[in-house]
Amino acid sequence: MRYLPLDASDREAMLARIGVPDIEALFADIPADKRIEGLLDMPLAKSEMAVERAMTGIAQRSLAAGAVPFFLGAGAYRRHIPATVDHLVQRSEFLTSYTPYQPEIAQGTLQVLFEFQTQVAALTGMEVANASMYDGSTACGEAMLMAHRLTRRSRAVISGGVHPQYGDVCATLAHMAGDAIFRLPPDLNASEDIAAAIDDETSCVIVQTPDFFGNPRDLSPVAAAAHARGALLIAVFTDPVALGALRSPGEMDADIAVGEGQGLGNALNFGGPYLGLFATRARNVRQMPGRLAGETVDAAGRRSFVLTLSTREQHIRREKATSNICTNSGLCALAFSIHLTLLGAAGLRRLAKVNHANAVRLAERLAAIPGVEIVNTHFFNEFTLRTPRPAAALIEALAGRGVIGGLPVSRLLPGTGLDDCIIVASTETNTEDDRAAYARALAHCLR
Amino acid sequence: MNVQGRPTRPETASAPSRGTFTGNRGLDMEEALIFETGRPDATGVDIDEPEPFQSRLGPHARGSAIELPGLAEPEAIRHYVRLSHNNYSIDAGVYPLGSCTMKHNPRLNEKIARLPGFADVHPLQPVSTAQGALEIVEALSNALLTMTGMDAVAMSPKAGAHGELCGMMAIKAAIEARGEGATRRVVLVPDSAHGTNPATAALIGYSVRSVPAGADGNVSAEAVRAALAPDVAAIMLTNPNTCGLFEREIVGIAEAVHEARAYFYCDGANFNAVVGKTRPGDLGVDAMHINLHKTFSTPHGGGGPGAGPVALSSRLAPYAPVPFVRREGAALRLVEHAEGGASFGRMCAFQGQMGMFVRALSFILSHGADGLRQASEDAVLSANYIRASLNDLMSAPLGDRPCMHEALFDDRWLKDTGLTTLDFAKAMIDEGYHPMTVYFPLIAHGAMLIEPTESESKASLDLFIMTLRDLAIAATAGEREQFQSAPARAPRRRLDETRAARQPVLRWTKPQPA
Amino acid sequence: MSQIRYTKDHEYVRVGGGEGVVGISEYAQQQLGDVVFAEAPPVGKVLKKGDPAAVVESVKAASDVFAPVSGEVVAVNSEVESTPGLINEDALGRGWLFRLKLADPGELGALMDESAYADYLKMLD
Repeated sequence: MRYLPLDASDREAMLARIGVPDIEALFADIPADKRIEGLLDMPLAKSEMAVERAMTGIAQRSLAAGAVPFFLGAGAYRRHIPATVDHLVQRSEFLTSYTPYQPEIAQGTLQVLFEFQTQVAALTGMEVANASMYDGSTACGEAMLMAHRLTRRSRAVISGGVHPQYGDVCATLAHMAGDAIFRLPPDLNASEDIAAAIDDETSCVIVQTPDFFGNPRDLSPVAAAAHARGALLIAVFTDPVALGALRSPGEMDADIAVGEGQGLGNALNFGGPYLGLFATRARNVRQMPGRLAGETVDAAGRRSFVLTLSTREQHIRREKATSNICTNSGLCALAFSIHLTLLGAAGLRRLAKVNHANAVRLAERLAAIPGVEIVNTHFFNEFTLRTPRPAAALIEALAGRGVIGGLPVSRLLPGTGLDDCIIVASTETNTEDDRAAYARALAHCLR
Repeated sequence: MNVQGRPTRPETASAPSRGTFTGNRGLDMEEALIFETGRPDATGVDIDEPEPFQSRLGPHARGSAIELPGLAEPEAIRHYVRLSHNNYSIDAGVYPLGSCTMKHNPRLNEKIARLPGFADVHPLQPVSTAQGALEIVEALSNALLTMTGMDAVAMSPKAGAHGELCGMMAIKAAIEARGEGATRRVVLVPDSAHGTNPATAALIGYSVRSVPAGADGNVSAEAVRAALAPDVAAIMLTNPNTCGLFEREIVGIAEAVHEARAYFYCDGANFNAVVGKTRPGDLGVDAMHINLHKTFSTPHGGGGPGAGPVALSSRLAPYAPVPFVRREGAALRLVEHAEGGASFGRMCAFQGQMGMFVRALSFILSHGADGLRQASEDAVLSANYIRASLNDLMSAPLGDRPCMHEALFDDRWLKDTGLTTLDFAKAMIDEGYHPMTVYFPLIAHGAMLIEPTESESKASLDLFIMTLRDLAIAATAGEREQFQSAPARAPRRRLDETRAARQPVLRWTKPQPA
Repeated sequence: MSQIRYTKDHEYVRVGGGEGVVGISEYAQQQLGDVVFAEAPPVGKVLKKGDPAAVVESVKAASDVFAPVSGEVVAVNSEVESTPGLINEDALGRGWLFRLKLADPGELGALMDESAYADYLKMLD
């Protein structure tokens, strides 16, 4: 078998050295009546060619986003990823290395993490960032728990503009830990009164900007309201490119900034692996979960990088750890970092501008269709449409006409009276032809 | 008081050898930070300036500078390639990390994961346009059920520790459904457990009670019975355990736990030892996470991403989190809301680590029933071969007893040498090997845990063994300098970790003008 | 004249004038390695003997420091919070952690004096 280098004579020689008659002797601790003959319900080994044929067949039974005019976001964004990124992440030394616990032979990984941490801090306007978490939604949950530890309170308030699945993750954690959580109802117009929900038991307020419906929000008043009551502001974002055009969480006095990094360097991959970004103020660093790469020197006085402040983590603190997290999203963080290095500040600003321009153009076209209304006053690369027909059926009809038109809000928020709403995203990957095709298809479906 | 510390700063400074002008040493290259070489206006991506349009950003536009450097493509490639030279990897050599299962990462899996029908599919596309993606979830799920003999799989957890959280949340939900949530607040965990186990229990409000292992390295059913009480919700056991041994009383333990109306969580990190040889479901396990990045070869990527699907028994299946995939005739449906069922809720946005599912499924299809069983046998054979080849020179806390897929040594054999496990590990680096896992599990003093996996040829194992014998003989013969100054040939010598923790510098900052 | 007492957990309390200065022993600091962080309890906190009181961390280990005797915290050593290395350099002197007003001096009887602690350490090896 192509992945198993040992042959029969090797095995015989090895058994002889060990001093047992056969391989079963080494499995003697398994109770006899619990040993199985093998995996009888599974087919035997396949050649590379056969595996490729089988898997390619399955791949053909999904529609690839790039094959059609594609306008879906809602937490994951289709980006053009420069060819360099995927080429570099496939280098053996990045792909097949482990967590850098032996720093002398892992300076590649450690320096990349140090650069990544700096990039995330700069992007979010915060002072320090960790070496990544699993994704934006779990990073949001971890931020909530961190706020509980910092304030010694246990009530979280979640804005109605936060991605519903992020809110669900926080709710699950809160319920399991026995903590209180207050979720404001879905806030289509960014008009909720969050301050009214904050009390003296509140540890944190979690607000997303741009929010789930596409509205950018000014967080400064929310920060002030939270701080006045001794609570913290957690700012959430789902597309890092938005920070190339909009005010950063740090500038708006957030205490913790968390978000999804998939939108730079990482493909859609049907939902994972993604990349949790997590940044905070320097004074909070000891309560921050996740790995941290820090700078030091080696015995020869050369600048070096090493995982540090490890006593926060599970392998040392065990039940008193800040989190149970072990793995980060290392390779996805590398891809993010390479993409952002290729862009630079100027490239990021221009990329953000193109995203916004494309969304503006699309909104103008769609708003011109009778019966279609754009809900948002302001937006970045995502906005919400109201249509005269139920949105779920409309999206299916559009798909039938070869257009992926966005997310029917009722899919993630059933029974909230938003059945006529679609969240539409537009990135730099959309062309004028795509926009024309969408407008045509939508007009046809609404006839 | 925890007195498990060890030196974290180089004992002696090394005089730098006659340096080169660049600081490079042939192919071993120094590389600055992007913040030192890049410029904010440089870029490696060409983006056309858009035609004039009416901005809809309103008052929210970012006015501040973004302190991010850019590099043109040639410079960027050079930066990351040079950095990569400073990393060890499985592709380069043996990576004998106990508990990590650093097996070969097949390149076929990378090719397949990048097919547009897998990589370019959005998690929220109309389900009718994502049937292939759901088929992958179903196929992998079925394969894991076959291997574990259990009833359901929760596919969404993003890593092993996340899977532990999922399994423990399902247990907590089951206990609450019985009305015993207020009384069952304790989780039993052996001292040898990986740190994620007690950390997970604490995260959802459980307190941890320790169960001792016997002198033979196993947890006895008797010890478990003694620790069980009406306040116990669950036991978390690793099998094979972190000492590399199969828990031979596991069936008795499961029976005792179930009699006490508690649940059995199994940490599946060491599943590589038993695939195709036994099934956790048959042993009485209620929930077990599977590390796809260990047993099923998905790449470690310098620390992640992982994936941790959780196999569940029929007792716990009703409480599985959303989302899950359900077959309805010819089509697959994605259930995203609890819909009045007993699901405990959602663990993460979207569906889980699809990219890792594709790779793991490729691995499983490639190996098949016969290959998977052979892989487990070879993993166990190789670990025992190493154990039998070193145990005359290096002390093993469990004596001559055969191990499973990993061999455990301690530091008693180094007692009169003045050398530590750390010194021995660093000397391995100079020989071109990544050290084994050190100082884990905590129950062995100066532990050294060696897991070769099934991916090593006999020639590779023999060279590894002979090198360790050579080092062990040198150590016991009184050689010290070679060990205490190691690593001397790696891109860096020992680091000052004390300084990194006392004066944390966690990001680059622009130097202030003098 | 102050007297020093040790616990089995390697804390010490140096008693004088109804108050006790608490820290970790020479043996503990050696075993822990380079101390990188120390966190003392807040002034005013009332501790019972055996309560977790402070935290001392090295790079690879985190250690709880338990109150050797009961009392109210009247002072903490801020120098050790900014320069944790003092615990390694001078554990019994400048590396002290906090000072308690003793609630029950009788508790001292259960602790080891200097020579009993020295014997105890020999037994550990």
